[in-house]
Amino acid sequence: MGKTIAEKIFEAHLVDEPFGDVSVLRLDRVFCHEITTPTAIQDLVARGKDRVFDPDKIKAVIDHVTPAKDSKTAMQGKILRDWANRHGIRDFFDIGQNGVCHAIFPEKGFVRPGFTIIMGDSHTCTHGAFGAFAAGVGTTDLEVGILKGVCTFKTPQTYKIDIVGTLKPGVYAKDIILKVIQELTVNGATNMVIEFAGNVVDQMNMDQRMTLANMAVEAGATSGICLPDMTTVNYLWEFIKDEYASKEAALKAFSKFSSDPDAVYAKTKTIDVSDLCPLSTFGYKPDNVKPVSEMAGTKVDQVYIGSCTNGRLEDLRIAAQILKGNKISSHVRGIVSPATPEIYSKALDEGIIKIFMDAGFCVTNPTCGACLGMSNGVLAEGEVAAATTNRNFNGRMGKGGMVHLMSPATAAATAIKGEIANSNLYLN
Amino acid sequence: MKEFKGKVLFLDRSDINTDEIIPAKYLTEIEKIAMGPHLLEDLKMDGFDPKTDIQGKSVVLTQGNFGCGSSREHAPWALEVNGIHVVIAPSFARIFRQNMYNCGMLAIELPQKTVDDLFKEFAGNDTVIAVDVKAGQITVQAGAKTKDIGFEISGFDKELVQTGGWVEYADQNY
Ligand code: SF4
Repeated sequence: MGKTIAEKIFEAHLVDEPFGDVSVLRLDRVFCHEITTPTAIQDLVARGKDRVFDPDKIKAVIDHVTPAKDSKTAMQGKILRDWANRHGIRDFFDIGQNGVCHAIFPEKGFVRPGFTIIMGDSHTCTHGAFGAFAAGVGTTDLEVGILKGVCTFKTPQTYKIDIVGTLKPGVYAKDIILKVIQELTVNGATNMVIEFAGNVVDQMNMDQRMTLANMAVEAGATSGICLPDMTTVNYLWEFIKDEYASKEAALKAFSKFSSDPDAVYAKTKTIDVSDLCPLSTFGYKPDNVKPVSEMAGTKVDQVYIGSCTNGRLEDLRIAAQILKGNKISSHVRGIVSPATPEIYSKALDEGIIKIFMDAGFCVTNPTCGACLGMSNGVLAEGEVAAATTNRNFNGRMGKGGMVHLMSPATAAATAIKGEIANSNLYLN
Repeated sequence: MKEFKGKVLFLDRSDINTDEIIPAKYLTEIEKIAMGPHLLEDLKMDGFDPKTDIQGKSVVLTQGNFGCGSSREHAPWALEVNGIHVVIAPSFARIFRQNMYNCGMLAIELPQKTVDDLFKEFAGNDTVIAVDVKAGQITVQAGAKTKDIGFEISGFDKELVQTGGWVEYADQNY
């Protein structure tokens, strides 16, 4: 009987099976940010266990609120910074070098196929785009990860989703994942790993795969995962070229972590995206999804382009293509946050930042910012936002605010029109 | 081991998310106790007022997929500092459920029908639930009416609840 990639990763990292019902796994990476890690650090200190299992496997960033907005967030940053210094955690990204965790860690080459990764952040599933088992955890799991380099998980059940067909112009990875969540519902994959497969995923670049894997948790999944292939190797090549004789050799090594053709899946589904049109959410749950055409005319007060879902270079390029030569509506506040300094810098080189500014956008430093309503663009009560982020919960971007999730293309068109609009209006 | 007994807060809605349990703006707090007054403050539900309905409650009975959304352990902490150590529902979001056990608290899954029956029979009445972890039994009581319901949790979860959480267990064993 064949095995899934998740089963193979579990086997390769198994430390213990206490009571037979959970697996304790050895971790390759523990990622940290300044919102959930300080409480873990302080608890470890209080317990007299201020240790780290391996400073080279721990990576940390200040990303949620940066620069600090007040004394409390300054203290969260300080606790993380002091801890990283005291334990020799060299890969710590502070102001000037920092960006959104799920964008910067892959960009620095910290993720490999077959890795086990945890972070105190639910969108850790993003890193599954590289064929890793990556899961969000709470503070206590994070604390134990930092201390001992282990974490427990139930044996994974895999939900395989084949995405097939040919995408129409103006339809993107974000539309696909919104469609997947609509079909699965918000708890359709709880306690499962979603394996994304099919010709559409095979043809995606890593930015697009990360958008897909990023929102697996919105369907309840523990992790989203894409099988490693030459696209994965090409992305990682600059970081691994000293370890492998050739790209083919790297691919062969990574293919150890791939699903067998006769692997057994808990569930499977095929989604043909050939007829898919741009989508947007309409309510307070990410599975409340409708075609953009049915949302047309919905006025928005703010458009936010950024986040770990859609703040990467390709996302900015697509939005800029639509914004070029246009001005955003006079009643819309446009905010764009390139997800990392490298993305920001490349966007500057490519003239993308200028296009955003000419259109009337405010360009912020790389940060989570408005995504979770903690800084840089909180909504007022009763306001409506169009956002390329991943969560539309009531109050997510500010108490009493409404968030419509969509692709960067749709968000750009919406900014121009001042109401939710299809990007084909502005693409010639 | 924590105390798993007391008055029931009935929340008859599914998909109650972590932003509703504790809004993101309180994530800048470093002390658990600071979560106390803000538990469920953004939960919009007919007949529920966080200002008056949480006080004195020790057990939450709710619907499916409770705790979906972010990984914040602030959600179980907000319950904990309000003296709520048990949540009973047909299903939970994975991270929330794990966080509860990691803190030595109980997230008990019961069949949908059982939960629906409990809402039908007890909601609106002053109800007390007592959980016997060792025996795997829940006793629900309102006035003269009582009902016993069996439940199962895994051996590992039981160990976490009995030893008070995952940090000590892991540091001793790995
Ligand atoms: S960008 Fe938003 S969803 Fe992503 S890590 Fe930051 S706050 Fe979380």
